[in-house]
Amino acid sequence: MSKKRVNVSRREFLIHSTTIGAGFALGMYIPLTGKTALAAEQTVTAEVPEVNAWVVIKPDDTVVIRIARSEMGQGTLTGLAQLVAEELECDWSKVTTEYPTPGQSLARERVWGSFSTGGSQGIRGSHAYVRKGGAVARQMLIEAAADAWGVDMEQCRAANSVITHVPSGRTTTYGKVAVDAADLIPPLEVELKDPKEWKLIGKPVKRLDTVDKLTGKQVFGADLQLPGMLNAAIKACPVFGGKLKSFDAAKVRTMPGVRTVVAVEDNAVAVVAETWWQANTALNALPVKWDTGPNAAVSSQTIAKMLDEGLGAKEASIGNEAGDAKKALKEAVKTVEATYAYPYQNHATMEPMNATALWTKERCEVWCPTQNGEAALQATAEAAGLSASRCEVYKIHLGGGFGRRGAFHDYVKQAVAIAKQVPGIPVKLLWSREEDMQHGHYHPITKARLVGGLDQNGDLVGMQVRISGQSILASVNPNWMSNGVDMFVFQGLMAEGDHAISYSVPNLSIDHAMRNPHVPPGFWRGVNINQNAIYMESFIDELAHAAGKDPLEFRQKLMSDNPKGRAVLDAVAEKAGWGKSAPEGVHRGLAVCKAFASYVAACAEVSVDGNGKLKMHRIVAATDPGYAVNPQQIEAQVEGSFVFGLSALLYGECTVAAGGVEQQNFDTYASMLIADMPKVEVIVMPSGGFWGGIGEPTIAVAAPAVLNAIFAATGKRIREFPLKNNDLRAV
Amino acid sequence: MAKLKINGKTVEVDVDAETPLLWVLREQLRLTGTKYACGIGACGACTVHIDGQAVRSCLMPVSAVGPDQAVVTIEGLSPDHSHPLQQAWEQLDVPQCGYCQPGMIMSAAALLSQKPNPSDADIDANVTNICRCGTYNRVRRGIHLAAEINKRGRAHE
Repeated sequence: MSKKRVNVSRREFLIHSTTIGAGFALGMYIPLTGKTALAAEQTVTAEVPEVNAWVVIKPDDTVVIRIARSEMGQGTLTGLAQLVAEELECDWSKVTTEYPTPGQSLARERVWGSFSTGGSQGIRGSHAYVRKGGAVARQMLIEAAADAWGVDMEQCRAANSVITHVPSGRTTTYGKVAVDAADLIPPLEVELKDPKEWKLIGKPVKRLDTVDKLTGKQVFGADLQLPGMLNAAIKACPVFGGKLKSFDAAKVRTMPGVRTVVAVEDNAVAVVAETWWQANTALNALPVKWDTGPNAAVSSQTIAKMLDEGLGAKEASIGNEAGDAKKALKEAVKTVEATYAYPYQNHATMEPMNATALWTKERCEVWCPTQNGEAALQATAEAAGLSASRCEVYKIHLGGGFGRRGAFHDYVKQAVAIAKQVPGIPVKLLWSREEDMQHGHYHPITKARLVGGLDQNGDLVGMQVRISGQSILASVNPNWMSNGVDMFVFQGLMAEGDHAISYSVPNLSIDHAMRNPHVPPGFWRGVNINQNAIYMESFIDELAHAAGKDPLEFRQKLMSDNPKGRAVLDAVAEKAGWGKSAPEGVHRGLAVCKAFASYVAACAEVSVDGNGKLKMHRIVAATDPGYAVNPQQIEAQVEGSFVFGLSALLYGECTVAAGGVEQQNFDTYASMLIADMPKVEVIVMPSGGFWGGIGEPTIAVAAPAVLNAIFAATGKRIREFPLKNNDLRAV
Repeated sequence: MAKLKINGKTVEVDVDAETPLLWVLREQLRLTGTKYACGIGACGACTVHIDGQAVRSCLMPVSAVGPDQAVVTIEGLSPDHSHPLQQAWEQLDVPQCGYCQPGMIMSAAALLSQKPNPSDADIDANVTNICRCGTYNRVRRGIHLAAEINKRGRAHE
C-alpha cells in the first residue's frame, strides 16, 4: 500500500515555489514561439504537479525533464535528458526540457544540485543524481498505477511511458497516473540500471534543441525583448584596473533615442537609449576621460620579461615530483632543453556578453546567458543590494560559453548597476564586439622551460619542467588554492587524477613560478591543458627525435602504467596509418593527453608548401570518456574541439599595449574558417567504469598533433604561438 | 522613413538613414534571427539575402537598400523550415550553440541558389562565416546533403 504525503502537499509547495517569481508574468512576454525554446527557456511548468524535481508529466504524456546545467552548444541538455529518461523508462519522442530558475533552486534547497556548467562537468558531475531522479519518478508512477489497480507494484513494469500489470496485461500511461504519482512519498532508495541494460544512454539520438536554431526562433540573451525595455551600450576603461574619471553627457543627450548616460561601477560608462544602435552610436560620440593608473605602463614586452624572470627563479611551487630529476639530468648522456610560450586569448563567444535587468527597491530580475545560474543570481543580488531571495535569474540560451560566462558575471553586475539608475524599467545591456574583445577574462599567459635527459639507449631518464606565469585561481578564487599553490596550473601534468601526466618518467620535477600580470585571466575552454599539452607533447616529440626514435614508440615505452592512454594513442596511430607511407608531401604528428578524466589522442596530417603555407588535411582523433552517453554528440564536440584548439594555434593572440588588449574585433583576432578545416575522423572508444568529460579534453591534443606534424614536414619546431607569427618554410 | 521589402512584405521604418540593416531588422522589425556578432562584416552572423545575394547586413546602411529590393532573412527562408538546408541541418544535427547558424545557413542558401551542386572549393570560397563552437565539418556535409535533397526534389517534379 502506498504512502501518501500527509503534511505540505507537493502541489501547494509547487504553487508557492512558482509564485516567488513576481516577475514571472513579465517573463511570459519573452517572444518564444518554438516548442523547444518554450520548454528550455520558460520557468518551471506550473500547471501540472511535478512527479519529482526532475520530472513533470503532462496528461498528454509529454515528459518535461528539468535541466539545471546550461546548454551552450555542447549537447549537455540532450545528454542529461537521456540520463533521466533512461531510468524513467519514458517515451523519448515525448521528451522536452526546461530550466528551473536559480531562485527556485534557492527556495528548494538546491534540489537540482549545481547549476555550474564548466570543467566538462555537465554530465560527469551529475550523472548519478539525475539518473536517480529518473528512477525515483519511475517508481512513483508505477506505484500510482498499482494503487489505482489495487495490485502489488512488484507485478508492474514500465517501458516507453506505459505501465503494464504483467499478470493481467492491463496497461496505463504515465500521463494518466502522473497527478496521483505526484502525491506519493518518493522512495528513498532506488537501484540504478546496470550499464549493460542501457537502452538510451549510448545511443546517438538527435539533439532536442535543433529546430529553432534553423529558423531564427531560438532566443539568445542578445535577442531578448521585454515590454518597455531600453537598451544600453557600455565602455569600460581600456586599461584593466583603470577608473572612469569623467564624461560629458551633454554632448550626446540630444542624440536620437538617448534617454540617459550613466556611470557604471567605478570603471565604466553606459548610454541608455531606445535601441541599442542608438545607444552605441551615442556612446561612440561620448567624450570620456579615464584614470588609467599604473597599469598603463604594462605591455606584452614587460609581461614577457616578468615571465622570463620566473623561468629562472629560485622559488617555485612543486606540482609533480618523482625520483631526483636534477641528478638524472646531470648523469644523462644527452640533454635537450627548450622554452615555449603561450599567449593571452579571448573566449570570443559569437554572442557578445549581455544581460537584461529590471530593478526596483524591492526586487531585481535578470535575464541572461550564463554557464552558472546560481552564480548569476549571487552577482545579481550583490549588485542590486538585495538579498538573493528578492532576486531571480532567468537563464536565456547562450551563444557560446567556453568558460567566459561561468565564473564571471561582470556583465550581469553592470546590467544591474545600470538598471538601478532607471528603476522599474527593464534594460538590456549588450557589449559591442570591441568591448567583448578588450574586457575578457583571458586564457592565462605562461612560458615553460623543459629539460629532458636521455641515457645511452635513448631512453628518457629525467625531466624538469618549469612553468612561469599566470594563475587563474589567484585571480578568480584564491580560496581554492592551498598554501598559495594553484595546483590547477599543472593540469595535464599531475601525478594522478583527472589531469594526470601521460608518461612515467623515473626522475621528474614539474614546478610553477607564479607571475601574475594585471590582465585578468579566466577559465577558457580546456583551461590549462591547452598550453601544458603543447609543452609536453611537443617536447616529448623533441626528445624522441633527439633520441633518434620513432615518436610513437618513444611515447609507448613511457606509457606502461597508462594503458587507457596508450589505447587511444594506438588507436589513432593505427587508423591514421602511422609508420606507413603518407600521400606525397603529407606528414604526420601525434599527441596524447588525459584531461577532465577522459583519455584523448590525435594524429594530424599536414603539408607545408614552399611559401610556408600550412594545409591541415586530416586528423584522426580518439576519445575514451569511460561512458559515452551520445556518440554522435561526442563526435560533434571532438570536431568542435579541433576548431577551437586549432583557431587558437593558428590565430589566437591578445597582445597588450599601454595596459590594455590591442585586438578589437575578428579582423585582428581571427578564427578558423571552413576552408582551414581538416577532415576529422573520430574514434569513440568508451571502456566503461568511469565518467570523463567531452567538451574540452580533445582541445589538448589538437595543437600539439599539428605542431608535431609541422616539424615532420619542415624540421621546424614552433615554440611561440600563434602560428601566424611564425615563418613555416622548411629549414 | 525607409520603405523596405522584407520576406515578401513591404514595411516602413522610421530610423536614421545610417542605421545598418541589421539593426533595423533586429530592433525595428523584431526579426532577431539575424545576429550581431562583429559589426564589421568579418564574421557573417548577420548574413541576409538582398535580391538573392548573400549580404552582411551589419555594414549595409538601411538607406542603401531600395524599396523594391527583396530582403530575405532566416525567418523568411522557408515558411516551415522545409528549405533543403534546414532539412539537412536537422538530419545532421549541425548546430551547437546555434548563434552563427542563421548566417551560416543564409550564406549556404545563396551559394546553393547559384551553384546547385557546389564543390568543396566552392564552399570554402563562399561560406566564410565564423563558428566558434566548430560546426564546420557538419556544415560542409549539410550543404552537400541539401544539394542532394534539392536534386531528389527536382527529380520528383
